[in-house]
Amino acid sequence: MNFSLMSAPERDFETAKNQLVPLRFITCGSVDDGKSTLIGRLLWDTKAVKTDQASKLKSDSKAQNNGLDLPDFALLLDGLQAEREQGITIDVAYRYFSTSKRSFIVADTPGHEQYTRNMATGASTADLAIILVDARAGILEQTKRHAMIASMMGIKQFVLAVNKIDLVDYSHEIFEKIANEFLEFSLSLGVTDVVSIPVSALKGENVASNTGANLDWYEGNTLLTTLELATSRSAQTVGFRLPVQRVCRPNEGFRGYQGTVAGGAVKPGDSLVVLPASIPVNVTEIVTFDLVRNAAVAGDAITLVLDRNVDVARGDMICSLEAKPMMGKEFVADIIALASTGIEPGKRYWLKSASRRQRVRVEPFTTVDLNSGVWSDTERLEMNAIGKVRLKFEETAIFDTYAANRGTGSFILIDPEENTTIAGGMISELVAKNPQNLHDYKQGLVGDNLDESDDEKLVLMALPVAIAQKLQKSAIFEELKYDIAVTRIKRKNFKLLSEQKD
Amino acid sequence: MNLTQPEQKPPEQKPVLDPHLKALENEAIFIFREVAAEFENPVMLYSVGKDSSVLLHLARKAFFPGKIPFPLLHVNTGWKFEEMIEFRDQVVKNYDLDLISYTNPRGAKENITPFTHGSARYTDIMKTEALLTALNAGKFDAAFGGARRDEEASRAKERIYSFRTPEHKWDPRNQRPELWSIYNGMINKGESVRAFPLSNWTEADIWRYIRAENIPLVDLYFAKKRPVVERDGMLILASDKRLEIAKGEKLQELWVRFRTLGCFPLSGAIRSRAQNLDEIISEIQTATVSERQGRAIDRDQSGSMEMKKREGYF
Ligand SMILES: Nc1nc2c(ncn2[C@@H]2O[C@H](COP(=O)(O)OP(=O)(O)OP(=O)(O)O)[C@@H](O)[C@H]2O)c(=O)[nH]1
Ligand SMILES: [Mg+2]
Repeated sequence: MNFSLMSAPERDFETAKNQLVPLRFITCGSVDDGKSTLIGRLLWDTKAVKTDQASKLKSDSKAQNNGLDLPDFALLLDGLQAEREQGITIDVAYRYFSTSKRSFIVADTPGHEQYTRNMATGASTADLAIILVDARAGILEQTKRHAMIASMMGIKQFVLAVNKIDLVDYSHEIFEKIANEFLEFSLSLGVTDVVSIPVSALKGENVASNTGANLDWYEGNTLLTTLELATSRSAQTVGFRLPVQRVCRPNEGFRGYQGTVAGGAVKPGDSLVVLPASIPVNVTEIVTFDLVRNAAVAGDAITLVLDRNVDVARGDMICSLEAKPMMGKEFVADIIALASTGIEPGKRYWLKSASRRQRVRVEPFTTVDLNSGVWSDTERLEMNAIGKVRLKFEETAIFDTYAANRGTGSFILIDPEENTTIAGGMISELVAKNPQNLHDYKQGLVGDNLDESDDEKLVLMALPVAIAQKLQKSAIFEELKYDIAVTRIKRKNFKLLSEQKD
Repeated sequence: MNLTQPEQKPPEQKPVLDPHLKALENEAIFIFREVAAEFENPVMLYSVGKDSSVLLHLARKAFFPGKIPFPLLHVNTGWKFEEMIEFRDQVVKNYDLDLISYTNPRGAKENITPFTHGSARYTDIMKTEALLTALNAGKFDAAFGGARRDEEASRAKERIYSFRTPEHKWDPRNQRPELWSIYNGMINKGESVRAFPLSNWTEADIWRYIRAENIPLVDLYFAKKRPVVERDGMLILASDKRLEIAKGEKLQELWVRFRTLGCFPLSGAIRSRAQNLDEIISEIQTATVSERQGRAIDRDQSGSMEMKKREGYF
C-alpha cells in the first residue's frame, strides 16, 4: 500500500494509540457540579469539536450565565431537548476523542438522583471514574452514592476533580480539605488509586493544560495527562468461559457454538465441560470468518466446534475443566435498585446474565446508609438503594464472582410484567449450606456457628489516611482483603476506642 | 465499481486487526448474535453507505459459516444516487443476500420530491413513513441500524438496544438502563427494538476498518472530477436527469467526493482529491468540519434529529 500522504510520525501515532483498547471512563457526582461542562471543555481542548459544531454551540449558548463570554460547553453533551430546556443531564452521553497517545470513550452521566439508573449504565463498562465536586459545596450524599456505585461495579481508579475552583478564589485550603475527606471515603470503599485535581471546567484550567498562575500551588498532572496515564481493566484470568449465544447449523455437516469468550483462552484439543449438564467435550476447531484459528482469548467472538454431538443450547456455558464457575440455586449478590418499584421481596423476576435468562426470587437482606456508611437489615430495596440480596433460582444457575469475572459475575433483573430492567447486580458468593452466616458476609467478623474456643482475636488499629492508603495498596492487603474490615472513624471516637481494651 | 468477488473460502493470510478495531468488531458481532438469538423476526436496515457496508461485513462475520439469518431492508426514496442502486444490486448478487427494497407509493402517486416538498416533509414521508410501513408489513420485532453515537448529539444518548413502542416512538427521557453488555430484549407484541452494533465506532474507525478488511464501497466516496451545481451552500451532483439547473446556477466540473450518502438532492459533496482509502483517512483526520455538515436534514433546526428519531426515523 502507498502511505505517501501521511508523514511517518503521524502514521506512528496512528498505530501507537490503536495498539491499546480505548480507556473507558465516566464523569459522575452531584447535580450541577460541572460534569458536562468538563467533558465539553475536554472535547473542545482536544480539538474534537469541529468548526460547524463550534458555530452551532456558540449560537445555542445564547443566555450566558457564566459572564465570561465562554460558550456553554455542557451543550456539547446535553443533546436532548429536555436537557437543554432544563439545563440538566438526563441520560448518559457517550463521546469519543483521542490524543496522540490514547483513545477515550467517555460516558457523561447525570448527577440528578432521579436518574441514578443512567449513571449506573455508564459506570458498568468504565475503567475509571472522574468524580466531580463543586468546591463551594464539598462532598454531598450524591457524590458518595456515585463513588459507591462506581466501586461496586469494579472501578478501581478514581479521579477527584474539585471543580469551580475559580469560584473559591483558587483556595488551596478548600481543595486539601475536600481531597482528604474524599480519600478517606474512597479508602473505606477499598479504592486506593485516587488522584485529586483542582479544576475549572468552564475556564479550562487543569483540564487539558495548566494555564495561568491561579493554581501555581498545584504540582500534579492535568486531568488529560492523568487520563492518558490510567490503565484499562486487565483481562480476567479465571478459567475459560464461553457463554453460548447461538448454535450455528448451516448444513447437516456443521455444528458450531457461537459466543464471545468471557474469560481465559482456548485452543483445539482442549478438554472442556458444558454446563450446567456437566458434559465433557473436546475442542476440534475454532472457526472465524477470517481463518481457522489456533487459539482464542477473552473478548474474541468465535464459533467453537466440538468433537461430539452433545445437547448444547443458548444459555449453556462451555468452561475449562480445572477452573469451573460456581453452580447452584442460591447466590448472594450486591445490587442497585434502578426502578421506581424498588425490589420486592419474593417476587418472581427474570434474571439475565451473559446469554442465560432464568426465573429468580430476590430476598434483600441489608442496605447501606450512604451518609454514615452503616449497613442495616432490610427486606425491601427502594429505588436507587444499594444493598445485598439472596437470589433463589428454580433451576441451576452458573456464575463467577464479580470480582473474579465481570462478564460471568454480573446480571440484570427484569420485571416480568413491564419488561423493564429494574436492577443491576454483582455476584459475591454461592450459598452452600449456611445461609445464616450471610449477615456477616465480607465483614470479617466471626460467624455464629463457630465454637467460642476457636474465636480468633482480631486487632483493631486506627491509622492516618496516608498510611492506610499505602497499606491498602500493598500486595499482602490484597491477599487478605476478605479478612480485613476498613471503616472511617472520627478522631474523637478514636480516643474512646484506644481506651477500650480487653 | 470496485466490488470484488466474495471469497468462497476465507483467505489464508490477512494482517491482524489492531486491538482497537478488534475490540469494536468483537462487540458488534456479539450484538448481532444476541439479537438474532433473542428476537423472532429481525431485519437489517441497509442504506448502501459506508456504515451499512461495514454493518453488512460484520453480519457476514457474525454468522459465518452460516448465512445471515435475516433479510436486509433498503428504504428506497427513489432519489438515491444511481451508483448506489447499481452497487446495491451487485452486492446482493455477490453475497447471495435476501433484500427487501421498499418505496413509499405516495411518492409517485402524489409526486412528492425533495424539490417540491422541502427536505423536512419529503424525509418525513419518503424515509420515516416508508420505513415504518415496511417494518409493520414485515412484522419485524428488531431492526439493526448502522447509526453511530459520534454522529450527532441525540444519537450519543441512544442505547445499543433502543426500545420502540408499537407506534415506533423513541422516548429518550425514559430509556431502559443498559448495564455491561447484558441487553434486555424483552418486549410485548407490537413493540420492537432498534439495535446498533456500530454505536461505539467513530468515522475514523469505520474508514480504518474498511481499509483493514478491504470492504467494497460505492465509488462516490472517492474523489473524482464530477459535474456539480452549487445550491443553498451545498455542492449537488448533477448527473441525474431529474435535477433541473435553475437560472443563475452554474454547472461545474470539480474534484469532489461524498463523506455521507443519502438522496442526491440532499447530500452535499465536498471538494477533495482523496482517491483512495489512505488519502481519505488522512483527510478526515485533519478535517475541520464534521461529517454531517453536508446533510440538509440536520440543518433545519437544532434538535431536529431528535425529533425525527422520536417519530421513528433511524
Ligand atoms: N464558574 C464556573 N462555573 C462552572 C464550572 N463548571 C461548570 N460551571 C457551571 O455550572 C453549571 C452546571 O454545569 P453542568 O456541566 O451542566 O453540570 P453537570 O454536573 O453536568 O449537571 P448534571 O449533569 O445535570 O448533573 C453551568 O452553568 C456551568 O457553566 C467552573 O469550573 N467554573
Ligand atoms: Mg451534565
